[in-house]
Amino acid sequence: MSGTLIIGGGQAALSAAAELRKHRYDRPITMLTDEAVAPYQRPPLSKAYLSGELSRDRLWLKPAAWYQNAGINLRTAVHITALDRGACDVIAHTGERIGYDTLILAMGGQARRLPVPGTNLDRVHVLRTLAETETLSAAFHEARSIIIIGAGYIGLEVAASARKRGMAVTVLEAAARPMARTASALVGGWFGAIHRGYGVDLRVNTPVKAIVGDEKATGVELDDGEMIEADLVLVAAGLSVNDGLAATAGLACEDGIVVDHQARTEDGNIYAIGDVARFHSRLYDRSLRLESVQNAVDQARVAARAICGQAVDYDPVPWFWSDQYEMKLQITGLIEGADERVRRGDPEEGRFALFHLRDGVMIACEAINSVPEYRAAQHMIATGARPAPDRLRNPGVAMKTFLP
Amino acid sequence: MAKITFIEYDGAEHSVDIQDGLTVMEGAIRNMVPGIDADCGGACACATCHVYVDPAWSGKIGERSSMEESMLDFASDVQDASRLSCQIKVTAEMDGLVVRLPKEQG
Ligand SMILES: Cc1cc2nc3c(=O)[nH]c(=O)nc-3n(C[C@H](O)[C@H](O)[C@H](O)COP(=O)(O)OP(=O)(O)OC[C@H]3O[C@@H](n4cnc5c(N)ncnc54)[C@H](O)[C@@H]3O)c2cc1C
Ligand code: FES
Repeated sequence: MSGTLIIGGGQAALSAAAELRKHRYDRPITMLTDEAVAPYQRPPLSKAYLSGELSRDRLWLKPAAWYQNAGINLRTAVHITALDRGACDVIAHTGERIGYDTLILAMGGQARRLPVPGTNLDRVHVLRTLAETETLSAAFHEARSIIIIGAGYIGLEVAASARKRGMAVTVLEAAARPMARTASALVGGWFGAIHRGYGVDLRVNTPVKAIVGDEKATGVELDDGEMIEADLVLVAAGLSVNDGLAATAGLACEDGIVVDHQARTEDGNIYAIGDVARFHSRLYDRSLRLESVQNAVDQARVAARAICGQAVDYDPVPWFWSDQYEMKLQITGLIEGADERVRRGDPEEGRFALFHLRDGVMIACEAINSVPEYRAAQHMIATGARPAPDRLRNPGVAMKTFLP
Repeated sequence: MAKITFIEYDGAEHSVDIQDGLTVMEGAIRNMVPGIDADCGGACACATCHVYVDPAWSGKIGERSSMEESMLDFASDVQDASRLSCQIKVTAEMDGLVVRLPKEQG
């Protein structure tokens, strides 16, 4: 009976199941998720869903009938607590043992908790799952103000959604600029200015000492002693990866489960994909753990094909997007390690791209309302192109001319 | 509501009813039409929802936005009839629309 068992109910898990069937895998497939619902899209949670523009029924990745049609045994509300590699079993919170021939770990991560007092108070929210988003969204109805701790993508997207719903928004960021982890100073700073323009009280270099209130949070205290009040607090401090299960079972983990180019762990019957997996990128010559839809979907496809006996290597050109107000940010590649930056277009006009080169080779592009730049850069990164910076900088030179 | 027919690259046809307000891409996903992966879920970031629509329909389905145009500019198998199905909102006027899927999504 066993076949392939997938732990997780996110986009990586779903994509792996779909790809296995697409390649005519004919053994049983079981998906186990500790969420109460079938797989859904996370990106809209902080964007159109939270702002009220997208209804809940448009979040599902597949319709309910698909699981039966495709022969996927989806089991919700099952939390896996242990992995017994010797017996090829996983163990659920109920004590039930579930066997596998092939196991795919797609456990993603959860919202990181802040190491400050007060995070357990009422009205302190995090946003990773649909359930968490629904709690936050319901709280939005009665709240007039929100403090968001963390100016990463999710924090800023929630800030934009909350402004659209007319709330007073304060964003507190410990680092020197917004989106400091993955975006450049120019782009991070530019988005910071946009948010301020929309009336967000955005403060950088502002660590939080505590969330305050008895029972219910009423605000936060900053490191310098200042108190800020609000009806709600959202902690948007990044992701903590769910690799504990694998680590306890003896699989190599370094902030993520270590996998090879086919998404296989050191145990040949066990794969890991998506946010939870760490792999080596030949393109960037370093180990990566990505948190994006692109990575969840593409790595899942590689794992599924490996299980079907078709070895293709995973070496992606990463891509990611973020929507804030009317701004569409699209990033491709990774900016770290660049030694030259070339700007095209005028930030004042709300439409520009920043290309990142290393030794003359295109390695990343951040594009704001600039789709041709983003798309051309994807191709250029994949082929190791060396565009002439003077031409790149000139909006009069069409992006298509940079492609072979 | 509109009846829309999807024709896969190998010729297989799927006629489905799609409710107003959804995108053509969402209609395909909900009705399990193969060949439309829609990785980005309609964010106009992936181009895996590429379809061909007879240009005669453009009056009813609207022109491409510049964002859609640029996404398609760099996609494979692009033709004059190319559209991103996540950017087409279904209206009753589109009843009878036929969309074909490109080879890459076969
Ligand atoms: C609010 C938000 C906005 C985002 N916006 C974007 C965006 O605009 N663009 C983009 O590219 N990416 C975006 N992302 C990131 C993207 O959604 C993730 O990278 C992607 O969903 C990761 O998928 P995954 O399947 O690897 O992990 P997850 O989605 O985290 O799925 C893991 C699943 O495993 C389950 N699970 C974990 N442990 C267990 C266990 N022990 N037993 C049973 N089940 C378990 C979890 O409950 C969950 O269902 C966003 C993420 C969030 C949260
Ligand atoms: S679904 Fe990604 S561009 Fe249409």
